[in-house]
Amino acid sequence: MWQSCGLVFFPIKHGLNVCSHLDLSEMFTGQIQEDLNKQLFDNLVSFLRRSHSEFQEKTTEWTCRMKSKEIPTAALVLGVNVTDHDLTFRSLSEVLQNNITPYIAFLEAKDCPGVKKLMQKLMGQLMNCYVDVDSSEDEDYVQVSHNRIRCSMTSLINWYESVTKKTDSETPSKKRTSSSRHWQSPPVVVVFKDMESFSTKVLQDFIVISSQHIHELPLVLIFGIATSPMIIHSLLPHSVSSLLCIELFQSLSCKDHLSTIIDKLLLRASFPFKLGEKVLQVLINIFLYHDFSVQNFVKGFQLCIVEHFCSQPVSVLCCQLVDAKKRADSLSHDQCENIRKLPSFRRYVESQVSEKQIALLTEDTYLKETTQKLLEDLHVYHENYLSVLRCLHVFTSFLPKYPLGKQIRELHCACLENQVWETEEYESSLQLARMLNKSDLVTMLQQCVEIFVSSSGKEFDNTVEKLKEFLTQFQKLEGGCKTDLYHLQKLKESRRYKKLTKFEMLRFDVVDYIDSLVRNYLVPANHKTLHEIAYFNTASVLREHLNAAPRIALHTALNNPYRYLKNQELKSDEGSISNKAPDICIVYKLHLECGRLINLVDWLEAFSTVVMAAEGPNADAASSDQVDDIIHARFIRAVSELELLGFIKPSKQKTDHVARLTWGGC
Amino acid sequence: MLLSIFGERQQFSFPSIFIYGHTSSGKTYVMQTLLNTLQLPHVFVNCVEYFTSRLLLEEILMQLQSCCSETEQTSHVHCDTFNDFVRLFKQAVVSEELEDQTLYIVLDRAEQLREMEANILPAFLRLQELTDRNVTVVLLSEIVWELFRPNTGCFEPFTLYFPDYSIGHLQKILSQNHPPEYSVDFYAAYINILLGVFYMVCRDLKELQHLAALNFSKYCEPVVRGEANERDTRKLWKNIEPHLKKAMHTVYLREISSSQWERLQRDDGEPGQLKGLSAHTHVELPYYSKFLLIAAYLASYNPVRTDKRFFLKHHGKIRKTNFMKKHEKTSNHLLGPKPFPLDRLLAILYSIVDNRVAPTANIFSQITSLVTLQLLSMVGHNDQLDGPRYKCTVSLDFIRAVAR
Repeated sequence: MWQSCGLVFFPIKHGLNVCSHLDLSEMFTGQIQEDLNKQLFDNLVSFLRRSHSEFQEKTTEWTCRMKSKEIPTAALVLGVNVTDHDLTFRSLSEVLQNNITPYIAFLEAKDCPGVKKLMQKLMGQLMNCYVDVDSSEDEDYVQVSHNRIRCSMTSLINWYESVTKKTDSETPSKKRTSSSRHWQSPPVVVVFKDMESFSTKVLQDFIVISSQHIHELPLVLIFGIATSPMIIHSLLPHSVSSLLCIELFQSLSCKDHLSTIIDKLLLRASFPFKLGEKVLQVLINIFLYHDFSVQNFVKGFQLCIVEHFCSQPVSVLCCQLVDAKKRADSLSHDQCENIRKLPSFRRYVESQVSEKQIALLTEDTYLKETTQKLLEDLHVYHENYLSVLRCLHVFTSFLPKYPLGKQIRELHCACLENQVWETEEYESSLQLARMLNKSDLVTMLQQCVEIFVSSSGKEFDNTVEKLKEFLTQFQKLEGGCKTDLYHLQKLKESRRYKKLTKFEMLRFDVVDYIDSLVRNYLVPANHKTLHEIAYFNTASVLREHLNAAPRIALHTALNNPYRYLKNQELKSDEGSISNKAPDICIVYKLHLECGRLINLVDWLEAFSTVVMAAEGPNADAASSDQVDDIIHARFIRAVSELELLGFIKPSKQKTDHVARLTWGGC
Repeated sequence: MLLSIFGERQQFSFPSIFIYGHTSSGKTYVMQTLLNTLQLPHVFVNCVEYFTSRLLLEEILMQLQSCCSETEQTSHVHCDTFNDFVRLFKQAVVSEELEDQTLYIVLDRAEQLREMEANILPAFLRLQELTDRNVTVVLLSEIVWELFRPNTGCFEPFTLYFPDYSIGHLQKILSQNHPPEYSVDFYAAYINILLGVFYMVCRDLKELQHLAALNFSKYCEPVVRGEANERDTRKLWKNIEPHLKKAMHTVYLREISSSQWERLQRDDGEPGQLKGLSAHTHVELPYYSKFLLIAAYLASYNPVRTDKRFFLKHHGKIRKTNFMKKHEKTSNHLLGPKPFPLDRLLAILYSIVDNRVAPTANIFSQITSLVTLQLLSMVGHNDQLDGPRYKCTVSLDFIRAVAR
């Protein structure tokens, strides 16, 4: 879809550009996801290895003989964002296939209403994944087994034995490759994707059955849990859970996940596309208020990219700086006009002297030169902005109660919204920063130095110098304090004051310096010329797409049909009921005036009066006592349509009434 | 006792025997060892494992084929109904030349038979009569025969009760499996201590055996280090007792797994580092989901008539509602959650959330996802479109944690 959009509105080259951006962001998020889950997966893999090794050794030691054999089980707590789980499981299965075992089965509760279905599903998946591993040559074997799947544990064990035996008898070279990745008898991993939804009986039976065969079949269970691990205890009685050897694995919380994504994706100078404050707020709100789904966040972000490139003509220039300069050079006249229309550019023009104004508005070449310059400015601004933002975040995240927010995304939003130094929160955080103790200040300064040193901005050499100077001054201060304490047993009040004020002076200096940095570099983006190129700001579009309100949409459609039909005749003032509107709209408006129960006869009468109003007084006289059959039919159709939409339902209390299912008027 | 019932090989015995007793009172073990040591022809089937009647019957026939002729490859048999089973069974018995001996079919966990087709249980009970062969069906179960008896009536089996092991028995049994490195007395003393701690909560032999194996290495530690000799029971007891108590709170409840416990023992770490399963009770929920859940809870436990008082007068003050609810709580919490319609849930939601909430698709989808998470449950599936009704299934503690 987006590709064609790009092609329709812009040159082909640009369509490809959009495309590459989408790929880029997808790649990023995938990469980040993997990094985040790495720890979790590593733990899981080592767990699986451990559980497996016990099986392999088959020790005849006394303790092993005595212990009742438990099924190793991993309880994987994934958080409530169910939509993200699929991705996690997919990468999990990849990791397991590469490291541990080819035999993985994923079970979902909706597929397993009974033990029989569960076994069928399990065996089907296991035998298919066997094909994946050993390619085509074994297909005859698989076909045989497919013909008669007897869904019992015995046949599963037989299958397992035959498979493992086969691996043993393979050619040496092949054997080596397989054993380097898997062991001789790799465990069979069964993943229950949504533990909560499984019925208790199915789980219990399955666990009891498999626990009897754990000696023959190295089974490992993984429970995917969305809520809390307590669910295991509430689902399984003690007699069953005592057959399991459960270990807990917690995935990263989705909020941390989001922070990382924002950090890596949005707060990067090299990524040309940016989100405006409102848009970012919408996306974050959807995340925090509604679904906790990182995947949805990323999708929303992708939608923003598509919207931006489709709706904003000057987005041609939204790419890496080098490309953008080239493109600015080859802009057509229309495109130049587009740039001139930008509000931020107009502001810029107005601030120039009059000759320049004329030149900018009439000469395309001069405009192009200026654009290139401005683009460069914008780029530099981004680089500086991010470094200073991180630096400010270092400070604010140390403050008690976090007046500017704990997360960098909150700070980012605040800075995008308006001039952050004018807000009360900023004022109070500066106040708090002036009360910080020395060790905190020093660590913060050190972190800031690191940030600036690693940043790509060229203007920060002085800043780094200055910060380092502060650090040395602090160190000196410390040294002074020490010698003082060492030499003089008692400090006079006045001297102590002096010392403290010295420190305080320095502290004020530091805070002021940071303040100046903020004022210099954290100008909100919409104050910058040509910010429209990189920033996507139409939050309303996004809200419409992502936070759909079906009830409200239905209401507007029925209450104000002009909105969707765009028929001039329907354009009417609110409140009155036009007879030109579709029948269902008339019926809907009438029903809004009624209480919980609606008398059908009254409704019909009201309907016919509205409809008849058009036909004039003579028609009115003809059918004053009796309702026209056609109108009656139209009424009935409209009412049944309303019933279909779920606004009314037949009532049992009174026969000639219907009950309203919604409440409130218009 | 059983032997006397079984009688001689050739004799016809009871057509069916029903053995019941509490978990791990040795029913299965006794049957298995008896049949194996006497080398009686038998078939041993677990009814949980073969969950449909077809699987069960086929398994019996397969085992029957293989039980006497190991060399012959067992071919797959199709057997859908009991009628087929009787026919095939007769064939099998004839072909295996078992006519002169009593054949035993043992059905473990026989309570599962009740869930299968209605004819299975009565038919098994009179299998001897139906097949006209010398066969005895032994049913093993944890529940009493009275709960089995189908309402159509059936052949009454000979019932036999296995009593629970007493503490003395348990000790004897557990002590018998002593490790080869240590003497019987030493191990018996250990078992004595173990039972002293665990007997109050657990009489399951298997579980006790498991626990004994897990904790024995810790018990031996002073001996291995040479601080105490094997006779120094008191010292050993002091060493092990707090350890066992800890085990009771963690491993026994499966809060932490036994392999984690073992690693812990090896490292001599504190179990405090390892949080148990129930330590992770906190569930993070999106903002509106929290309010939805609270609204659902209020709707489930407050009567409808109080809604007006709670949510109109003190508009938007959730603390007040919680406070006022107290005096009714006791009775309502004993009764459990009541179902409520969707409209009521949304109305309460609008009144407890401070700012305006648009009824967007996201809100509705959150309700469904709460249902999938088993925090709410849907009541009555008949008119889902017109007015779905829900129930809140979470506890007060949970809702308190959410509301915080």
